[in-house]
Amino acid sequence: MAEQQIFHDSEDDLAHRAKWFSSRVLIYGILIVWTIVCLFPIYWTITTSFKMAPDVLRGNMIPWVDYQPAWLGWRSLGLSPETIGAESTVREQFMQRFFNSLITSLSASTLAVALGSLAAYGLSRFSFKFGFMRNQDISFFFLSQLILPPVVLALPFLVLYRELDLLDTRLGLILLYTLTVLPIVIWIMRDQFAGIPTELEEAALVDGLSVWRAFGTIILPIALPGMVAAFILSLVLTWNEYFFAALLTSTHANTLPVMVASQTGSQGISWWSMAALSFAAILPLIVIGVLLERFIIKGMAAGAVK
Amino acid sequence: MSQEGDLLHVVTNDDISTRRRAFGRSIIWGSFALLVFVAALQTLAANGAIALNFETWRPTLYAYVLWGICLCAGQVLVRGEQGKRVLFVLPATLFVVSMVVFPLLFGLTIAFSNWNLSSPDGRQFNGWDNVVQMWNDPFYWNALTNMVWYTLAILVEYAIAFGLALLLNSQIRARKFFRVAFLLPLMLSPVAVSWMIGKSMLEIRFGPISRFLREIGIDNVSFFGNPELARLTIMIMDAWTFIPFMMIMILAGLQAIPREVQEAAKVDGASGWRGFWEVTFPLMLPVSITAILIRIIFKLKLADIIINVTSGGPGGATDSVTSFIFREYRDRSNVGYGTMLAMFYLVLIVIAMTILMKLADRWMRPRY
Repeated sequence: MAEQQIFHDSEDDLAHRAKWFSSRVLIYGILIVWTIVCLFPIYWTITTSFKMAPDVLRGNMIPWVDYQPAWLGWRSLGLSPETIGAESTVREQFMQRFFNSLITSLSASTLAVALGSLAAYGLSRFSFKFGFMRNQDISFFFLSQLILPPVVLALPFLVLYRELDLLDTRLGLILLYTLTVLPIVIWIMRDQFAGIPTELEEAALVDGLSVWRAFGTIILPIALPGMVAAFILSLVLTWNEYFFAALLTSTHANTLPVMVASQTGSQGISWWSMAALSFAAILPLIVIGVLLERFIIKGMAAGAVK
Repeated sequence: MSQEGDLLHVVTNDDISTRRRAFGRSIIWGSFALLVFVAALQTLAANGAIALNFETWRPTLYAYVLWGICLCAGQVLVRGEQGKRVLFVLPATLFVVSMVVFPLLFGLTIAFSNWNLSSPDGRQFNGWDNVVQMWNDPFYWNALTNMVWYTLAILVEYAIAFGLALLLNSQIRARKFFRVAFLLPLMLSPVAVSWMIGKSMLEIRFGPISRFLREIGIDNVSFFGNPELARLTIMIMDAWTFIPFMMIMILAGLQAIPREVQEAAKVDGASGWRGFWEVTFPLMLPVSITAILIRIIFKLKLADIIINVTSGGPGGATDSVTSFIFREYRDRSNVGYGTMLAMFYLVLIVIAMTILMKLADRWMRPRY
């Protein structure tokens, strides 16, 4: 008599096993396909910046296997190893645009976070009355700026800035960018401050701190992660902004997106240099995205979950 | 928060001397008088009534900034503790009012005039001519119809984003890696995207996507040749950058649903599919609607990709309102007509968004 197996997987359990396995394969399959969809354009841009003309035309994809990487694209920006030490007008131009982008986005984000946090804090703690506007209305007034499309402001600002001599200046761009990200900052920060119990400040006030001191010493440190989230989100939006920059700047205050866009028209054939330029323009944000992903997600989630 | 009165109760005995109060008032009104004076002087000079020559309107701007600062400082001087509270909100309010309300009013006056920035005549009031021209402009109406198509594409984006969020929320390894990878498209500038994908990867001869299509037997697809395909390509590129945005909002919503709810559904015998439709999806409705509304707001600003990839072509098939006005200004530098188009667009958006928000409010109200 054959040994009867006492403990064995029943038919049902085996089927369950197979089903579980196939669903795993399906889930990871979809995840990997979408990862490729997300990352391939970036990969394509990096590799293209190291290609030479025949490699581009043949559509080679894998460096060292399909083709030998060359510094062609980066040389045209003055950023390859041989040219980095030497004087280069192209690089100077690129660096000027780069710093324009850096300065405008950093200052606009700082300004927006400063103004927005103060306003959000005030609105979450005190009740105001400006004319007929109460807290609700003031909040709505700030948030409603979000639906204002940039075109509506663009042409009036073009004319106003011309009169005020702010056309093609960084200051002009900074002011406009602050305006565009301010509603988002207020949205995120309102959520943050609402989550902080008022007892904290009450204790501080009882101990003799003024309202502003209590805000600075007690509330700000607690709300800091939220402020970082708002700051990074504003940074992403302002770094990538193209429409206002294209309309309001010409030579001095150009930002990187404007530079990228202007190159596509004039020399669309030199793929390698365009790829290098595009990659240089997106690199800072890729770094931010990889390192500070936590904060970005926190910022975007703030509005979603009440 | 609909509570009346301050959330933070502070009792302070402000004894503000009459001299301090008077000083506060005087700097507010003094700086305001200065602003009016400078503005009047410049207006007169611009009209040629007095023989002063100003290069720009900067002096008025400086006077305005000074007035803003004095107004803020005056609040504290005059109203003490109460003024310090106002100081939290006042700077942002002043900033937004001066940057939005003022230009909008100014824009209204431009909208009803014929103003070619390159012509020497300057601004000429032309009444309703711009409205008539807009009414008869087929390209503008075409751009508006395109916006409807672009906005409808959000539903597909939403479905994909929801699916991805569900996958990221399930039991998987390397969740952080996938989250970062999925987030990256959102970080890229639309201009760079339009070059990377629109110009380079979709290039007919050697772009990787065209080559891939050729491998599987579809020959010579010209992505921007026929109107429908061009519009679809733009939609896909825009979706590519913005799906992560909706995905993350939905993911945050999914993570906020307590596990017990789903477990209870499972115990009650709801299979995966029914469990999703009858438990998860209804619970996610508020988050979904918020995500879609915000996405619509962003979609209505869509322009960068279109300007850089197709500049509206072929034959205006891919034009969004923003890109159309941008080209209208670039080609003819007619500020007046462009502003009228933009203002009309704003009115449409405000009406549409109000209706949508009212509807959303009704849907979101829980039906117990």
